[in-house]
Amino acid sequence: MRLTPYDEMHAADGSVRANYRRYGEWLARQPAERLAQKRAEADALFHRVGITFAVYGQEEGAERLIPFDIVPRVLPRTDWQRLQDGLTQRVRALNAFIHDVYHEQNILAAGVVPATDVLCNSQYRPEMQGVDVPGGIYAHIAGIDIVRDEAGEFRVLEDNLRVPSGVSYMLENRKMMMRLFPELFSAHRIAPVDHYPEVLLVNLRSVAPTGVSDPTVVLLTAGAHNSAYFEHAFLAQQMGIELVEGQDLFVRDETVYMRTTRGPRRIDVIYRRIDDDFLDPLAFRPDSLLGVPGLLTACRAGRVTVANAVGTGIADDKSIYPYVPEMIRFYLGESPIIDNVPTWTLRNPEHLAHVLAHLPDLVVKEVHGAGGYGMLIGPAATRVEIEAFRARIVANPERYIAQPTLALSTCPTFAARGLAPRHIDLRPFVLSGRDVTIVPGGLTRVALREGSLVVNSSQGGGTKDTWVLEGEC
Amino acid sequence: MLSRTADHLYWMSRYVERAENLARLLDAHYRMSLLPHAADTLRDSLRETMRALSIEEAYRARHEAIEPTAVFWFVALDRDHDHSILSCLRAARENARAVRGALTSELWETLNSTWLEVRALAARGPADVDVGQFVEWVKERSHLTRGVSIGTMLRDEAFYFSRIGTFLERADGTARILTAHQGDLEPGAHAGVVPDPFEWSVLLRALSAFEIYRRVYRGTITPLNVADLLILRADMPRSLLRCCKEIYQNLRSVTNEQSAETERRAGEMHGVLYFSRMEDLMIRGLPRFLAQFTGRVRDLGERIASDFLVPPTQG
Repeated sequence: MRLTPYDEMHAADGSVRANYRRYGEWLARQPAERLAQKRAEADALFHRVGITFAVYGQEEGAERLIPFDIVPRVLPRTDWQRLQDGLTQRVRALNAFIHDVYHEQNILAAGVVPATDVLCNSQYRPEMQGVDVPGGIYAHIAGIDIVRDEAGEFRVLEDNLRVPSGVSYMLENRKMMMRLFPELFSAHRIAPVDHYPEVLLVNLRSVAPTGVSDPTVVLLTAGAHNSAYFEHAFLAQQMGIELVEGQDLFVRDETVYMRTTRGPRRIDVIYRRIDDDFLDPLAFRPDSLLGVPGLLTACRAGRVTVANAVGTGIADDKSIYPYVPEMIRFYLGESPIIDNVPTWTLRNPEHLAHVLAHLPDLVVKEVHGAGGYGMLIGPAATRVEIEAFRARIVANPERYIAQPTLALSTCPTFAARGLAPRHIDLRPFVLSGRDVTIVPGGLTRVALREGSLVVNSSQGGGTKDTWVLEGEC
Repeated sequence: MLSRTADHLYWMSRYVERAENLARLLDAHYRMSLLPHAADTLRDSLRETMRALSIEEAYRARHEAIEPTAVFWFVALDRDHDHSILSCLRAARENARAVRGALTSELWETLNSTWLEVRALAARGPADVDVGQFVEWVKERSHLTRGVSIGTMLRDEAFYFSRIGTFLERADGTARILTAHQGDLEPGAHAGVVPDPFEWSVLLRALSAFEIYRRVYRGTITPLNVADLLILRADMPRSLLRCCKEIYQNLRSVTNEQSAETERRAGEMHGVLYFSRMEDLMIRGLPRFLAQFTGRVRDLGERIASDFLVPPTQG
């Protein structure tokens, strides 16, 4: 029953799609040795620049490269326009939802989203109930995972609203491609992405507490051993703001300060890259050494803006995901421009029956979790694994959702024996402040193993540069 | 700037400087080992040097005899030795990595590539590393790092703290090398006998002062002139006076509400050297002077840490 995936470069008849025509002609002219040499050059450069991620559980200081593939993912302008409209719409609705959940809860009263899925969710933070955040914005930075299905339609696979990462790879991949193949950039009109840090800073400044005219913005990291540390340091440097750790901050009189060489200095906006749980040992996990005691109080008092806001995670939980299209209708009165992947919520008995009958063909995900744990990929699982998972579903059906196994679209990619199609997804980064802004493109992740649908860097995924063409092709 | 950031920048520079100091010492001894020279003199010199660096015990724990090849590897590329050049370059890179956002990309990439290269060298093992080439390379990388930081960094606190680290480490390094040779520097130590020119060349080369000495004093090498050059000459980049001047000036650029006493002490150190005459220092005794100086450098390091780098909680 596996359908043929959509090929980003080639149409069904084998011809090259218009958006890849020039690239295809260029590629055909390149000697294999030149491409091999460029790939080696890319690796050496990534090492030198230190664009690496820390690997947990290996020797201290172990750092690895995320494999970079030199064949870009090229999106025509029309595709991008649709993505941009759809993503803007979606993130507006998500922010409206989070605000509603922490205020009137109209959507729960209307029965559009089940109240238990929200109020009994570990990502729901009662501490934020009734707290007003600047501009009503909670998800200042959203990384929305998009896939293209067999019919060529874009669909949202996941909303990453807590601490989405990967944007540094979007920027570094572009820099790398321009360095390796400058001729491609004169032959195409490719929308630039390098203003992302500037846009991000403008957005962060725009949500400073009321009355602060020249806000001090910092980026809060868990430190050099965090897997995304490179990105934290990179973004702080690009924005020209301090990269701080919990130990650098303290709270006095509901105000956050950083310890500087000239004494305490007030902080107005914290772009945090650590989860809610670790943010404030007085409010959340008491064993956390990463956070700042009293931060939540300062935040509730409106003395500091935390981005993304505490409690935003409620909207990126998998149990909420199925309702996002309904949210768009509810808050905006519009129909969704980009749909979800068809999803069965197993609390619904009809859905449950269907899913239990088709487990080997489906992907089942646990709702209160993140990042591929507690997940069943039917076609890749053994009978024993399927049966074990079935028992867990039957015991707590409300804890699971299920989706068809998607044939993610493919893009030509360098493999051991030359170019071959590999599955890809796309994570554009949606910024919300006074307006919603999306830098054209995003991070394209690619599953480097043949046939694999798992694009995560921790499981053999790589990345590509993502081009949005400004011209017709 | 963040206190923690200042701390990392300060240590980053200290470790680069320390690696360079070690490389110079190695270089001097390596040259000596190539000369038709009594093996005992070389061994004695290595022992004195390890003693001055406080690493003799760590060496003895792993090696029975002082054997030049083993000492070279121990100081250069031994990954299990915390004070090897390899370990210093790793520490410099780790400190840089912790604050890479506060560095220019060029500076970070310089430190990172240095680390990647030295790591690859260490993996080769003693038989495949040419000590002469290695020390040249370390000096080059240190020059490059300093040059990149001077050429690319904004003149703000980040720069000043990194400079303070460089000169505090250099003052300490020069004082240690002088201590290792203080016997040779005492007036009358050689009782009219011209001291071993190789000994002198070790000392002068270790401080990049061999050519400068010839240029400044022209004549034969005398203990008084050597001490004068390395302690009191303001135009000699590695002299104690020069280091103190740089420390004082950079400290004044980062002054804060609690740093007055630290600045005063740094100014005093500079002032004492500035108004001293070599003859007087010799009369009071070089060992005493050097011991006192080393103590003051340590005191200054501690005061800088508590005033700026890891201030007591301000909560």
